[in-house]
Amino acid sequence: MASGSIYVTETPLVSYVLRRADDALVLGHRLSEWCGRAPTMEEELALANMGLDLIGQARSLYSHAAAVEAAGHDEDAYAYRRDERGYRNLLLVEQPNGDFACTILRQFLYAAFAEPYWRAMTASCDSTLAAIAAKAEKEMAYHVRHSAEWAIRLGNGTAESRARMEAALERLWTFTGELFEADGIDEAVIVHGIGIAPHTLHHGWRETVARVFAQATLILPKDGYMRKGGRRGQHSEHLGHMLAEMQYLQRALPDATW
Amino acid sequence: MLETKSQLWEVFIRSRNGLAHKHVGSLHASDTTLALQAARDIYTRRGEGLSIWVVPSNDIAASDPADKDMMFEPTASKIYRHPTFYEVPDEVGHM
Repeated sequence: MASGSIYVTETPLVSYVLRRADDALVLGHRLSEWCGRAPTMEEELALANMGLDLIGQARSLYSHAAAVEAAGHDEDAYAYRRDERGYRNLLLVEQPNGDFACTILRQFLYAAFAEPYWRAMTASCDSTLAAIAAKAEKEMAYHVRHSAEWAIRLGNGTAESRARMEAALERLWTFTGELFEADGIDEAVIVHGIGIAPHTLHHGWRETVARVFAQATLILPKDGYMRKGGRRGQHSEHLGHMLAEMQYLQRALPDATW
Repeated sequence: MLETKSQLWEVFIRSRNGLAHKHVGSLHASDTTLALQAARDIYTRRGEGLSIWVVPSNDIAASDPADKDMMFEPTASKIYRHPTFYEVPDEVGHM
């Protein structure tokens, strides 16, 4: 019977893949928290669809990490039996849903990065990552479209919707710097043509964000202090609570099946 | 709050193997762009479609059910309007 937390042998490639898998799982899980609570029937489906897209990406990426690590771990082990400090996701995706404006803005800021990221990764020398990228690119293209259209309507909407978008922007902007950070692990995979340098995506991302914000009549914030640490397992106060809920069943009833 | 601006739309989807758009249901949305997105999210989850049409429900004019007899009964007894009495020569093939 399997129980207790697992620890991962993190070679650069394993780390690199887990980072992307964790981004997808954490954001997918956050979207699943809207189930039964969305403002309209149409958004109930839309948020769930986007969550499922991300969880699908997470599963493919975890399976790849498992094959590379070759330590007998599988996707469930990575998802349900790693502690908070073992998670490698961006701080942005673990931020709580807040209201609809906050969820939409978080999705937009992440997807506007992820779409060009996966497009570039279709040229990765790791053929599994390239295949995952081909599918993820199309999914993220829709996420950008969907969240941008909502951001525009909320920003350039009523006084209340604009106030909520501005509040969301104030909360989330400090987490956007981490999207473009790179460290030794990135460098190790870039050298082998497996990964790409995130800073190369920064300019395009800013242009996309600026264009949508202009239509949303939102002001692009000045870059202030940017929070980071997610990639090293140093998370904000929110991830622990989220994982406690997400992992509870698996840890209480290990190897449960239904 | 949302209800004051949101309209009802009818959704028509043409499937991968189909020739015509078929009515699949309806949804609420405030404008055309969101209506198309919502139709994609709600009605194409199982790979049903290649093409989506959305039409504001108010723009659809429908025949009055009370006029059913007047509109459609007369044609039931006019079998000479059907092309079923011609024998198609084999050389013509399928028509």
